[in-house]
Amino acid sequence: MKDSQSSIWRVISASSVGTLIEWYDFYIFGSLATIISKQFFPANAGTSALLSTLAIFAAGFIVRPFGALVFGRLGDIVGRKYTFLLTLILMGGSTFAIGLVPGYASIGFAAPLIVLALRLIQGLALGGEYGGAATYVAEHSPENKRGFYTSWIQTTASLGLVISLIVIMVVRENLGPEKFADYGWRIPFLISAILVIISVYIRMRMKESPLFSKLKSEGKTSSNPLKESFSHKLNLKMVLLALFGATMGQGVIWYTGQFYAQSFIENTCKINFDDSRWIVLVAILFATPFFIFFGWLSDKAGRKWIMLTGMLLGVVTYMPIYKSFLDNTNVAEIAKTSAVKTSSTPVTNTAADNNIAVTTTTQTIMLDNGFGYKQTISDTTSLDAAGQPPHTRTTYTEKKLPPGTYWWFVFLVFVQVLYVTMVYGPIAAFLVELFPTRIRYTSMSLPYHIGNGVFGGLVPFLSTLIITYSGSQLAGLWYPIIVAAVCFIIGALYLSARHAADVMNNEKIYL
Amino acid sequence: MTFLQNLLNATRRLLGIAWVLLAPFCIYLIVSNALKAFDKADKAIAAAASDTAKAAAEAAKTNTMLQWGIIIIIFLPIAIGLVIFGKYAMAGEYNTTLAAKNKTA
Repeated sequence: MKDSQSSIWRVISASSVGTLIEWYDFYIFGSLATIISKQFFPANAGTSALLSTLAIFAAGFIVRPFGALVFGRLGDIVGRKYTFLLTLILMGGSTFAIGLVPGYASIGFAAPLIVLALRLIQGLALGGEYGGAATYVAEHSPENKRGFYTSWIQTTASLGLVISLIVIMVVRENLGPEKFADYGWRIPFLISAILVIISVYIRMRMKESPLFSKLKSEGKTSSNPLKESFSHKLNLKMVLLALFGATMGQGVIWYTGQFYAQSFIENTCKINFDDSRWIVLVAILFATPFFIFFGWLSDKAGRKWIMLTGMLLGVVTYMPIYKSFLDNTNVAEIAKTSAVKTSSTPVTNTAADNNIAVTTTTQTIMLDNGFGYKQTISDTTSLDAAGQPPHTRTTYTEKKLPPGTYWWFVFLVFVQVLYVTMVYGPIAAFLVELFPTRIRYTSMSLPYHIGNGVFGGLVPFLSTLIITYSGSQLAGLWYPIIVAAVCFIIGALYLSARHAADVMNNEKIYL
Repeated sequence: MTFLQNLLNATRRLLGIAWVLLAPFCIYLIVSNALKAFDKADKAIAAAASDTAKAAAEAAKTNTMLQWGIIIIIFLPIAIGLVIFGKYAMAGEYNTTLAAKNKTA
């Protein structure tokens, strides 16, 4: 009993550490996108800017689901262990290599081309990793603890994001912004190699999944998992149900709670760089244990309604949450109720371009209630008599929140990450139980990566687009709200609350 | 089978029509938005005052086309999947059957 207990924890830690590193590798590219684009994709070089878009878009949206198919097939034919060992090596190798690629200034057009290729390998590897890790852990788990054990894998995406942000902030803090932009940004990429070597060593010592080994010894593994998964009606209808009734909604809740929230408070509310990151980091750290809690709870109460409740709460509360973000950073309103405590000496600059003169006056102001901000007043005048009439615009940036509001923001982000833990904590066990062992890796990986990569990954792009068309800062939320609402309806109507009794014999599954 | 289960099955079948119709509607939305974005990019090129601004606007248009091209390519098969899902729902493939209930009970 003690042996099997320690064995399952070895399985969980080996799988989780590897998956954590893969997420870390994937996120550092995103977190350092601005610096990377200057190093490899200068905007004035047309084709390289194009490759930059491809690196960001294609890696997430096309290559991830494609990786799910490639590595899923391999995992169902060769085995789980060797496949997710391969994805780990590919991910770690390509991340390390990005840290070594000379910049555009040194090797020209080859630089963005190499980085694009490495980024595509990253996306491909990520597409293959998750399904392997979740399947591997689930196939080692007893039926009544499958949700609990697989939920450890579910913490890795959030922790990968947190660790990537912490490593970047620590390196930047130690080197200073200039050295960091010059060469220091390479360090987080290079660190990946050490982490991957340790993780590969741990994974090498693990045995193949017992369910897959049994199937293999009996000669019952699938010879063509892609065909079996997507051309047999019984499996295809479950792949579609998993996508439209679970992973689609989970993807948008995940990205809204962790990425859109951070982007909104930094870019729309204009909270200063450090505070906006710390708010999200603290909220994620507080919420992370709930992945385990909801995974555990799903073993007792079923997976379906925990996941769907998370989606419904997102649908109902996103608007008031984001409205509160806006209201609490509305300088015009806040300044009415609090006097100015200190203000810096105004700094004025004038610049002329294309017959237009712009005079900007910048001042840092701190109010009595602890709210601070940088005020910039721009006076635009046309030097051409026939030009546009002069106009004045005031903008408020680098806002600093008073402690009460700061912790209120942490709470609001925490609530959103709590929804993430509800939809994401039980989903690995849910997906695993939906498909038979012989095609599980393939069948569960594709809906997962379409749900997360495509539906979730498009949250920033589509939300920004909706804001541009509507003019309302809250309108971008309609995309995750509508997708989560449709997914909730499909999930509530078509999924069963019962989870499969035995993962080996679940071919008739969920109805 | 109880009255409620029959009602649920009927709702599942009926909503199948909604899923079949939702897919082409989504594709229509995506394509029409893509066309609007291309049009906006064309206008930006036409309005560019200098060669530098024109080059930047042209690069922006290429990026816009690439982004929307990827979105259309990736959403088309998903929309087809939604139609198939709707058809299965209409055919009662997701309905609770007595046999399935007995098997999982």
